Amino acid sequence: MKDLNDLLNPLVESPSRRSSPILLSKSSPMPRREFLKTSAAIGSGLWIAAHVPELAARSVSSAPTNATVFAPNAFVRIAPDESVTVIVNHSEMGQGIYTSLPMLLNEELEADWSKIKVEAAPVDAAYNHTVFGLQMTGGSTTTPSEWERFRKMGAMARLMIIDAATQKWGVSASECRVERGVVIHTVSGRKASYGSLVEAASQLKPPGTIPLKDPKQFTLVGKPTRRLDTPSKINGTAQFGLDVRVPGMLFALVARPPVFGGKVSSFDTAEALKIPGVKAIEQIPSGVAVVADRFWSAKLGREKLKISWDGGANANLSTTQMLADFSKQSASPGTIAKKTGDPGVALAGAAKTITAEYDVPYLAHAMMEPLNCVVDLRSDGCEIWTGTQFETVDRANAAQAAGLPPEKVKINTTLLGGGFGRRANPASDFVVEAVQVAKIAKAPVKVVWTREDDLAGGWYRPMWHDRFAAGLDAAGNPIAWTHTIVGQSILTGTAFEPYGVKDGVDSASVEGAADLLYGIPNLQVDLHSPKIGVPVQWWRSVGHSHTGFSVESFFDEVAHAGGKDPYELRRKLLANQPRMSAVLQLVAEKAGWSKPLPPGRGRGIATHFSFDSYVAQVVEASVEKDGTVRVHRVVCAVDCGRTVNPDIVKAQMEGGIIFGLTAALKTEITIENGRVQQKNFHDYQMLRMFESPEIEVHIVPSELSPTGVGEPSVPPVAPALTNAIFAATGKRVRRLPIRAADLVAGSGAKS
Amino acid sequence: MTSFYLNGKSVSVDDDPSTPLLWVIRESLGLTGTKFGCGMALCGACTVHLDGNAIRSCVAPLSRVAGKHVTTIEGLSQNLSHPLQRAWIEVDVPQCGYCQSGQIMSAAILLKENAKPTDKDIDEAMSGNICRCGTYSRIRRAIHRAAELSAERRSS
Repeated sequence: MKDLNDLLNPLVESPSRRSSPILLSKSSPMPRREFLKTSAAIGSGLWIAAHVPELAARSVSSAPTNATVFAPNAFVRIAPDESVTVIVNHSEMGQGIYTSLPMLLNEELEADWSKIKVEAAPVDAAYNHTVFGLQMTGGSTTTPSEWERFRKMGAMARLMIIDAATQKWGVSASECRVERGVVIHTVSGRKASYGSLVEAASQLKPPGTIPLKDPKQFTLVGKPTRRLDTPSKINGTAQFGLDVRVPGMLFALVARPPVFGGKVSSFDTAEALKIPGVKAIEQIPSGVAVVADRFWSAKLGREKLKISWDGGANANLSTTQMLADFSKQSASPGTIAKKTGDPGVALAGAAKTITAEYDVPYLAHAMMEPLNCVVDLRSDGCEIWTGTQFETVDRANAAQAAGLPPEKVKINTTLLGGGFGRRANPASDFVVEAVQVAKIAKAPVKVVWTREDDLAGGWYRPMWHDRFAAGLDAAGNPIAWTHTIVGQSILTGTAFEPYGVKDGVDSASVEGAADLLYGIPNLQVDLHSPKIGVPVQWWRSVGHSHTGFSVESFFDEVAHAGGKDPYELRRKLLANQPRMSAVLQLVAEKAGWSKPLPPGRGRGIATHFSFDSYVAQVVEASVEKDGTVRVHRVVCAVDCGRTVNPDIVKAQMEGGIIFGLTAALKTEITIENGRVQQKNFHDYQMLRMFESPEIEVHIVPSELSPTGVGEPSVPPVAPALTNAIFAATGKRVRRLPIRAADLVAGSGAKS
Repeated sequence: MTSFYLNGKSVSVDDDPSTPLLWVIRESLGLTGTKFGCGMALCGACTVHLDGNAIRSCVAPLSRVAGKHVTTIEGLSQNLSHPLQRAWIEVDVPQCGYCQSGQIMSAAILLKENAKPTDKDIDEAMSGNICRCGTYSRIRRAIHRAAELSAERRSS
């Protein structure tokens, strides 16, 4: 895969940016060999000091005075008090990696699990994603990225600890074993704890080769293991970005233009400055910043601010109009993303043809913790505290905004109160803005986004339109399938464009459609990518969030049009897809696909392949007379390769299902006169406890390498639900969110 | 100056009496376990107890709590011993964790008033608390488990 560092190079303009070792690195991402070589050459402790200065500083400050800490590599430190600190280079936003990555490391280290502590990694090339070549969390890739590396880092430490013990005892390593943080000389029964060997191990060179356990010997990986972060999240001690306090810190809110791309024409600060505690009000590139000694003063100050805005080019933007425009555009084919056979000829010769159009809206990520960022900007450096998914990019963008070289920008990654993609912003919008605010605050400052700011702040999941046609043969089997997609490109215009956009097709727009697993001989998927002034971004499951819904709904339509059972037709057309076939059959069995249901209830099924994982779901639902949808039960089967922590996999499936149901039943961002119409959770509603169904998750056992877990359960749930609604009512839902008015008893079915 | 009791201790603050309690607790008193989610009493992340009732601190002015007892997540127990905290650990409820203080504070009032809640009771008591990570089924399980743990504690 291409090194994303190369793709960041277009961003590099100023000499200071050019000096960044990360941005200009042409080497393959985190080359393990080089890492080990460097480490061996320099010596373990020194390696840290040479390559991760922040880490060295932190070790010194947090470790007991005069105590040696064994730090064989950038990912683990062992202290004389037996504590083991795992330095985690991916952000914890709920997906459990502050537990699963330490599990990988400790599978090989074999320290006492109760002594494991987790620390967020500083920004450094040593912590780059092994595939993407920059420090980031996203794309359901954390476990795949770290599956081997974290085990190697743990094994390296264990081998050196054993080496220290054997040298001390004058015995051979083959006579020693380790058990819960203790090296044992099997012959004599002599024991030494890891902590007691710290100083001796620190003098040793890392081993030349690092063999890993046969997975059959795993004792931790693959076992349900309680999360390490739970205690801190239930007693108020967990530190999210919004909880950061820095001495002398001020608070700021920013008044941003009501229309995307709008500008400040003029503003009047007189009334706002009268609010006690308001310290400064100044224009910054993204709007007008109000700095105060407290959040509440800044908020009251912002309310008193009078600003005249120039809406600019997007002042007439309307999603109602876009809905019509997209449909019109989809009537003619776009740029070809995938073509097999001759769909035109096959459609013309089909015994039966059906067509349908689907729509999904813009969606906000709506993390429970609104965006925020703390910046301490000084002439010689900049320190940032924030919950981010995009450290390397944020550091580069913050450095540019601060006029500093990237190595002078330190980012402290806090816990994230949800991310879902929003905190991996290609422009680092919430970080760059906070740097701009820090310039006028002249003190450390925390920029807080209110819920209203966060919802109206853009960077949405794009609005999409999907138009389909299918041709069936005389036996009711699909022989032709065409799919025209209309929606904004997420990757175009970002540094990732050269990586993800080829021949005019953004891979993120057509994923889940162009790589259809069903065996249909004549297939065409094409794409229109209109340019619209609404900033868009990856949102949990990205392009799959629309293709999952449209493809699996239309497939259901095809099955019914051909007189086929939707499960049986899927099984038949997945005959050459053993892994998907297996999850499909598992979910059907667990859900009791062919068993009768109580009157009024319907069952819907859907499959979706995303992030290299296979998911199938069955939803049981009913519709009340007033059109209210009740989701009773969701059964989910997943094949995500080998699982590190099965309970976390289950939790992610559960969470993704609720996330997907929220999109199916509740949320849409609409824009009229260029203005986002939703303000807060009263008009951008989340699924709540009373609407939350019973969820069952079944994991297919696998010995293959781990694949994505955080996102793959989102795409299939909306179509499984709408297919269930069709089964219950005969009404086909082709637009999300589901509208009760379309489902009221006696209303005209949209089919 | 406004005085009240926070987690059993008497505190005095000079914030404007109209300031929402949430910001007083977080910024003036430095307890950040109580979270900001919406500012409109819509999400429940800021739930605290006021004289034994669950309130949304983001819309409760400081003046309302003068002389009264406020309990936050930090004051629910020493060392995670509350049955809800024990159950939350057993079931491994939290994902991102941001909403969980509010969830637990709402659940604590439910259990205080109803020692053995049904699913429907839980729906009614907990539907004011949003969890974007979707931990609802685990919250439900953990509340049932906490009810059992409380019963064990009472009978022992």
